[in-house]
Amino acid sequence: MQTLWFILIALFFTGFFVLEGFDFGVGILHMIVGRTDDERRVVINTIGPLWDGNEVWLIVAGAAMFAAFPGWYATMFSSLYLALVLLLVSLILRGVSFEYRGRRAGVRWRRTWDWLLTVGSVLAPLLIGVALGDLLVGLPIDSAQEYTGSFWNLLTPYGVFTGLTLVTICVLHGATFITLKTTGEIRDRAAALARRAAPVTAVVILVFATWTQLTINKGVVPSLVSVGAVLAVLAVIWLIREGHEGSAFAMTTIAMATTVLTIFADLYPRVMVSSTNPDYNLTVANTAAGPYALKVMTVVAVVFFPLVLVYQGWTYYVFRRRISAADLEEQHHAPAATAAAGD
Amino acid sequence: MTNLDLARLQFATTTIYHFLFVPVTIGLAFLVALLQTAWHRNGDEGHLRLTKFFGALLVINIAIGVVTGLVQEFQFGMNWSTYSRFVGGVFGAPLAMEGLAAFFLESTFLGLWVFGWGRLSRRVHLATIWAVALGAALSALFIMAANSWMQHPVGYTIDQQTGQAQLSNIWAVMTNPVFIWGYIHVILAALVTGSMVMLAVSAWHLRRRSETPVFHRTAVLSLVVLAPSALFAIMVGSHLGVIETTYQPMKIAAAEAQWTTCQPCSFSVFQIGGGNRDETPTKIIAIPHLLSVLATDSWNGQVVGMNELNAQYQQQYGPGDYVPNVFIQYWGMRVMAYGGTLLLLLAVVGLWLLWRKRLDAAGWFLRIAIWAAALPFLMNTAGWLLTESGRQPWIVQGLQKTKDGVSPSVGVTTVAISLGVFVLLYAVLGVVDGALMFRYGRRQLDPVPPLDEQGDPVPAMTY
Repeated sequence: MQTLWFILIALFFTGFFVLEGFDFGVGILHMIVGRTDDERRVVINTIGPLWDGNEVWLIVAGAAMFAAFPGWYATMFSSLYLALVLLLVSLILRGVSFEYRGRRAGVRWRRTWDWLLTVGSVLAPLLIGVALGDLLVGLPIDSAQEYTGSFWNLLTPYGVFTGLTLVTICVLHGATFITLKTTGEIRDRAAALARRAAPVTAVVILVFATWTQLTINKGVVPSLVSVGAVLAVLAVIWLIREGHEGSAFAMTTIAMATTVLTIFADLYPRVMVSSTNPDYNLTVANTAAGPYALKVMTVVAVVFFPLVLVYQGWTYYVFRRRISAADLEEQHHAPAATAAAGD
Repeated sequence: MTNLDLARLQFATTTIYHFLFVPVTIGLAFLVALLQTAWHRNGDEGHLRLTKFFGALLVINIAIGVVTGLVQEFQFGMNWSTYSRFVGGVFGAPLAMEGLAAFFLESTFLGLWVFGWGRLSRRVHLATIWAVALGAALSALFIMAANSWMQHPVGYTIDQQTGQAQLSNIWAVMTNPVFIWGYIHVILAALVTGSMVMLAVSAWHLRRRSETPVFHRTAVLSLVVLAPSALFAIMVGSHLGVIETTYQPMKIAAAEAQWTTCQPCSFSVFQIGGGNRDETPTKIIAIPHLLSVLATDSWNGQVVGMNELNAQYQQQYGPGDYVPNVFIQYWGMRVMAYGGTLLLLLAVVGLWLLWRKRLDAAGWFLRIAIWAAALPFLMNTAGWLLTESGRQPWIVQGLQKTKDGVSPSVGVTTVAISLGVFVLLYAVLGVVDGALMFRYGRRQLDPVPPLDEQGDPVPAMTY
């Protein structure tokens, strides 16, 4: 059951990047692909009903880690401390920007939230990527499973590149999502951007895949799965040009899912590598909770997770239509006269 | 200051802050669901307008409630890694359940509710706001189960090899009396908070004679919810006190500044002093027998004093100071209880005015109702201080001390940085959130939104 929960956590992280990944991409691109306030609103509204539910995948990944592998959760979260503080700030500012941006009409107000949304959407996947990369490449951890490094030890070159890789895929994934959910000029700009970003993304994934093989001492030839991801990304160029936006989105989904999954596949049965001494590695076995707890958690997961997939899936069906400026709700601009005092 | 002091300060600050918004979400989601149900039943446009009006306040509040919650999940591992290692096998389970069962529900259906007007059938759309209310109430359930385990650990064993706590009986954890009564108490407190917010906003509009017939309805709704919620919150809280006398007697003794054992025990309404080991505070207005009744449900019940308990714990657990901060305990309890009593009084007076058909014009009452909105927030904070500070020096009662739970690899500078960042960020967000809530609470009620042929709101994207 320890393996089962490792797989589940890997799936939660993968699901997070597949789903919130395009939310991050949309956040990063909304000022580029949307030139006017209305256009930006259209872009943001493509993920309006979805982003909050998608973010929960990260919360569940973390909570599952706490419940199933408390030792992993404890060491990972205490070692990544300042990086996590920055991650939280990014998620917080991004999170409120969705709700608060439209609440006032001022240019400065909306500009501020636009930038916070963009920066938050870049930093969050970047930092989580650094964290995941660090798990694989190793951090200074002692025999008591405690971190012995500083903040700077967290910025391993491989970890940083993992972060950059994930951000890059988020951008492409967000772009294909926008082409799928919008019309007219916004869609065209996103399509053009996707076609330019795809080759860059393919190269980045290729480098990442090679570097990963080196990190786990498996030579320099990228795995078959990684090559598949690269091909999927390259296919986007052609698919977008032919107007097969749904398939293009499927391709970026595959690229994201495989990239995240392979980190975990390469990690197993370890959960955190110790750069100090491989004997100090945190593993599935030496960090797990007891069998009874895992059993209880499995029952809960078996009951609720399929349910979640059903109603989250239904949400995507409900909001399947493309949206345009005509769909925007007229927003409150001037406060009512009676409420003017103190504004 | 040590990294322990800062870690404790950070956890207290972020938790209290998060819990300013959570009860509003739980209470207001329920009330908005009621408003939308009323519209669904009778088709009255006033109820639709009110649903949208209070719905705006709800979503502004949820935004900051959700993001401040992220910090909470991360903080256990970040600042309390030794604690997490020790209890994760028990404590982590309710948190994971919270994510799977409650957060997914709340967040997904919130998106469906906000963006689903006119896109979903009326019946299905109504179900989405009820799902949000359910999700919010459920997440409180799992958190309370986890927290109650810290107060009164049950259903666990200690692993011989690792020394870690392992879950052995989930039903024991979920039937922990501290959990059951504590959860009911928190939900009632949330209803008090939500209804007070609704009452204050309604009162503001009634005072200005803005859409009186419409806001009259929410004034009524909020009073009708507030009165029983406040009453039962007091009664359940009182019962929780009796339970705690059994499981955490030091917490109760400290809440009464009871240094020596008494039987029967009188309840002091106020005291002067009582901080920093002041064992002889001046107690003002001592009501005989009342503490015995409150703590033990019996006229001549005994309350063991802090000195005796401290000596007992030193025998049991080793040398140390087992007395929590008496000043926080004493005043935390009273701010909460007296505040609750005042709100109950307010609700009763309001209902009486309603019965005499004088509510809408009773300017003095409406004024008080507006200002009284601050009370639930003070009370919720006081309540959490009472229960968490009262747990000290334990992080898990009888099993692990707070000082032994802190992350050894996180230095004082690091925690100082994070504390500074969160305080600054939360202060700025608090101002923004407050300004938006005030703006949207005081704005004129929107006219009926554009409706299609079926009388459903036209679908629109809102961000």
